[in-house]
Amino acid sequence: MVTNLETSQQIDDAGIDLETKTLLEMYWQMVRARRLDERTWVLHRQGKIAFHISGIGHEGVQVGAAMALRRGYDYAHLYYRDLAFALVLGYTPREWMLSVFGKEGEPTSGARQMPSHWSNKKQGIMPASSPVATQVPQAAGMALASKLRGEDRVTLVSLGEGSTSEGDFYEGLNWAGVHKLPMICLVENNIYAISVPMHLQMAVPNVADRAPMFGIEGVVVDGNDVLASYRAIKEALERARSGGGPTLVEAKTYRPVPHSSDDDDRTYRSRDEVEEWKKRDAIKRFETYLLDKGILSGDMIEEIEGRVRLEVDEAQAAAEAAPYPPAENALFPVYAPADEA
Amino acid sequence: MPEVTLIEALRQAMDEELERDDRVFITGEDVGQRGGVFRATVGLFEKYGAERVIDSPLAELSIVAVGIGAALAGMRPICEIQFADYIFPAFNQIVNEAALVYYRTNGEYNVPMVIRAPYGGGIGGGLYHSQSVEAFFAHAPGLKIVIPSNPYDAKGLLKAAVRDPNPVMVFEPKKGYRLIRGEVPDHEYTVPIGLSEVTRKGDDLTVYAYGMMHYYTLQAAEMVAQQDGIQCEVVDIRTLVPLDKETVLNSFKKTGKALIVYEDNRFLGYGAELAAILSDEAFEYMDGPIRRLAGPDVPGVPFAHTMQDFFMPSPEKIAHAIRELAAY
Repeated sequence: MVTNLETSQQIDDAGIDLETKTLLEMYWQMVRARRLDERTWVLHRQGKIAFHISGIGHEGVQVGAAMALRRGYDYAHLYYRDLAFALVLGYTPREWMLSVFGKEGEPTSGARQMPSHWSNKKQGIMPASSPVATQVPQAAGMALASKLRGEDRVTLVSLGEGSTSEGDFYEGLNWAGVHKLPMICLVENNIYAISVPMHLQMAVPNVADRAPMFGIEGVVVDGNDVLASYRAIKEALERARSGGGPTLVEAKTYRPVPHSSDDDDRTYRSRDEVEEWKKRDAIKRFETYLLDKGILSGDMIEEIEGRVRLEVDEAQAAAEAAPYPPAENALFPVYAPADEA
Repeated sequence: MPEVTLIEALRQAMDEELERDDRVFITGEDVGQRGGVFRATVGLFEKYGAERVIDSPLAELSIVAVGIGAALAGMRPICEIQFADYIFPAFNQIVNEAALVYYRTNGEYNVPMVIRAPYGGGIGGGLYHSQSVEAFFAHAPGLKIVIPSNPYDAKGLLKAAVRDPNPVMVFEPKKGYRLIRGEVPDHEYTVPIGLSEVTRKGDDLTVYAYGMMHYYTLQAAEMVAQQDGIQCEVVDIRTLVPLDKETVLNSFKKTGKALIVYEDNRFLGYGAELAAILSDEAFEYMDGPIRRLAGPDVPGVPFAHTMQDFFMPSPEKIAHAIRELAAY
């Protein structure tokens, strides 16, 4: 059993000064992402969609991080598990459903890419691909652009811990360190790269331990604690905006579901381990915290769940009713015309 | 018009584009204070500063990836790979990232960047300083690829590449950097990407070439004209992708015979596609076999000059191939 993480059942709200409204928005965003994700698994099991890669378990760190950004201003170069992250930045459940069904009007790629390849210029979401870690040195380029222009925009790039074995990760953070770029590299460490556990991925106990080799700050945070995650990213943002350079933030979390709809995680980890981790689930913990604080009530939970269910239902219905893209769309667009220069 | 070397023309292009557009910056190994190992960026660091002529870490993957990221964020990077032979660590970033962004975002994002790399043999560079890599990249839709053969085109194409909204790879014939001289106008101009050029008129056969091989082909064409009375038409491909099929096909339809010269390995080289297009789209005009003169199918250009010269096409070898085809 892989137990290199010690996360508590508590929420660490030290120094957090957020309005009730914001705390409730965080909770709603987490619940919404979870229910949308769960529905997608159901659609796959019903044979209605071909593929799903899930973000379940990661909602704490993703919502915390996304809420800390200046949304629509900062650049976010995300990876495939970042459904909750993208939703906070403005991606909609309807767009998600168009994506998983591969329907016309899907906004990130016109249904050319598999789901979970985020891209939205207005929301500052950079275009994602499937090869892992390629986004890290690209993010250094984005942060370099901001630095050259003298903006205080920060680029946040995310990836899993397995992806940190790629050379792209090292080259990207090396650039970020050399040029003190306004960049945050957020590693969502869920201990498994598909089936390969962390100890076969690296010889250090924490991804963030590598930060000194780039001459940058390294931070470990409990990724199942939305407020601790928010605070870690907020501090990294302040460092980056004030010229203090990049931060490598490692969020310890867990993926209680298979890697994707094509994976069977029973082949590489015990049910006991998964159940143990479910007790530390980010949503449950935050819910308990908000109930204890009197910010949330049973009635409010019911209302939020109802609202989310309605939105997910509507999103699914809209996507099911939408047409598939015309086959000839496969032929374009290959080259940008000159006027986009 | 002043006469300059090919590399000076490239330097002028970068100088003018840096001057014209403050989104343009250069990065690569030794491009700063040193002015590039071939001196392509000499003087630009002093003129524009360390923020716009950036010495990169010795890491090709991120030279390209940082360029992609900066381009996505609205900049116009010019990324130099010191030798084309060293571009492969960046292969994934080029063919899976830069080439695909416009398509995979349904046109929302584009990657306006330039990747420059000196290529080609005949300079005593051995296996890892002589390679021709254009075929690998010509196979990836989404990239544009230009290879200039003279200073006028080098300057005009590089300037057009900087202004193009797509990733453009500029492969530069390094043997010709100082060998090939030509006139470059004082006034502002660009050479449009996507056009080949008939650089010599003739009726007997057409020779297709680009880069250093085009330079040699013009020499060979003069040799056979004087010695054998053979009048070659010569087409400088200039833009490998997107290919100017009209110019390519029109010349073949006139002469009926084609010799394609490239210094890359013969098998599946760029010339193979040209041959396929000619045979497919102008079959009824064919008056002889479509011939290719290229490097042999061995892993690289050897170091010792005897073996190197054996590998490389030369004006004499091209002239020989022209005579054979003309006699067919």
